[in-house]
Amino acid sequence: MMMKQFGLDQPKLTQYLIYMRNLFTGEFGISIRTNQKVIEMLSGKLWNTLFMMGSAMFLALILGVIVGTVLAWKRGSGIDTGGIAVFLALRSAPEFWLGMILLVIFGYSLQWFPIGLMLTPGTHYTGFFDKYFSWDFIHHLVLPVFTMTIFYLATPMLVTRNSILDILHEDFIEMAHAKGLSDGRIMFRYALRNALLPVVTIAPLMLGFAIGGQVLLEKVFSWPGMGRELVEAVNSMDYPVVQAAFLFLGAIVIIGNFLADVLYSYLDPRVKVG
Amino acid sequence: MAKKKFSERAVVLRHFLHEQREVFRGEKLSIAGLIIVGIFMVLAIVGPHIVPYGPYEAIVDEWGLVPDNKAPSTKHWFGLTRFGYDVFSQTIASSRTAVIVGLISAVMVVFVGANLGLLSGYFGGWLDEFIMRITDIAYGIPFLPMAIVLMTLLGRGISNVIIVVVALFWRTTTRVIRAQVLTIKERPFIQAARVAGASDLRIIYRHIAPNVLPMAFLYVALAVGWAVIAEASISFLGFGDPDSISWGQMIHYVFAAQMFRQAWWWFLPPGLCIVLLVMSAFWIGLAYEKVVNPRLKIE
Repeated sequence: MMMKQFGLDQPKLTQYLIYMRNLFTGEFGISIRTNQKVIEMLSGKLWNTLFMMGSAMFLALILGVIVGTVLAWKRGSGIDTGGIAVFLALRSAPEFWLGMILLVIFGYSLQWFPIGLMLTPGTHYTGFFDKYFSWDFIHHLVLPVFTMTIFYLATPMLVTRNSILDILHEDFIEMAHAKGLSDGRIMFRYALRNALLPVVTIAPLMLGFAIGGQVLLEKVFSWPGMGRELVEAVNSMDYPVVQAAFLFLGAIVIIGNFLADVLYSYLDPRVKVG
Repeated sequence: MAKKKFSERAVVLRHFLHEQREVFRGEKLSIAGLIIVGIFMVLAIVGPHIVPYGPYEAIVDEWGLVPDNKAPSTKHWFGLTRFGYDVFSQTIASSRTAVIVGLISAVMVVFVGANLGLLSGYFGGWLDEFIMRITDIAYGIPFLPMAIVLMTLLGRGISNVIIVVVALFWRTTTRVIRAQVLTIKERPFIQAARVAGASDLRIIYRHIAPNVLPMAFLYVALAVGWAVIAEASISFLGFGDPDSISWGQMIHYVFAAQMFRQAWWWFLPPGLCIVLLVMSAFWIGLAYEKVVNPRLKIE
């Protein structure tokens, strides 16, 4: 009968051990809602989430560092105050609301970008690369990634700016000034390299919040990713899918944290991993 | 030690308030933040009583019909929702939810986090290791997915949202306060207190804690912003309290009705209110950030 099939008549500890063993073999159970194997349902969605979140984080970090450096360069001026104000205002807004506004302007009114989903329905793709590197995919990717980027830009921007402002007091910057180097060159060639370390430190924290943003934006843009699966599974009380989706999302954060740690120890020779 | 008299405690309180006023002196942005947050707090208290309609009150016109989706007019300043509710009343009534969740979560987050940081930083040893490992674990958990799962377990309701926010946001405060305690711990006045025979608890709460207060207040301000956005995000996904109204829930309803294309009057006010409240809380935090990091003043 059903209890025996799912092992529910065993003591709790045995059930837990069975669950852990199943995890390692990739056996996530069967979805209550669709009666499919969970791993089949979710395996496609992981890449969708990773591509969207990865692009956004990448852009947010790179653009954030550049904008932060420029603001540190023009410190005290209107550009500095204005830039900080704009990006802080964007960071204070609810991300899903920003997404909806951009969707109305660029998707509905101007019709520059599609209003949702990841690919145009009905199109057929021959493989992984054909699907994820097509113009259709990129066309659908722009709005969600743009929303996430302008939202998360503020954090690396502020960290870089403060970090560079600290470094500007150092001796080697004075030396560079004395040598007659231009301001811009000093900023981008000398100060920035040393200012990058704190950015690598906050990147894992950004990743944790970015997962939350990912879940929200997947709902707004109907992006078929892990976040949307999680929310739908919770709404239909489909617990095996909830467990598996949450596991994947948590794993992304942890692996991201680990990679950031490794990167940090590579960039800063004074620090050793472990 | 003689018991403190009431008048002595009153002097301490007045001194504390004067110190806080010094923090804000000349900080126009932070004072603006205080005023705006104050307005929201006033709205939270009296709002639901002074608005023309209830948040979920069906409005029936002279023909006995329920109008829906009307643009702003003189009768309904922010217009109507798809279901015939007055947007203006909903917006004002939601400030109560936002202020309650924001303030209570922020204070509790910093209370838990600061205390853990104080104990961890001061005692060191296995207690420090233990608390830091738990903090590391908490850092690895993404907020929104965990919040969704916890809301499923706990059920819907504002108090559950507060529990979820506190359970996940204490981690940053702990690390930061602990770092500060580690530097303060080595200062001469702490050594002097120890020599004079002060107990551990007294040193922590009488000598170290007042010095970490500015940092703690900074994190209260930040935490208000985090909590408001967290509550809005949870409500937007559909896990909000069906008995109450909040800005995130309003946006949830707009999205569910797919009316954000036409009904701009419905989905702009709640978002703008969130932006305003979060930014004002952050501006208040800026004043304390200048206290914590005096180098920023010179720039």
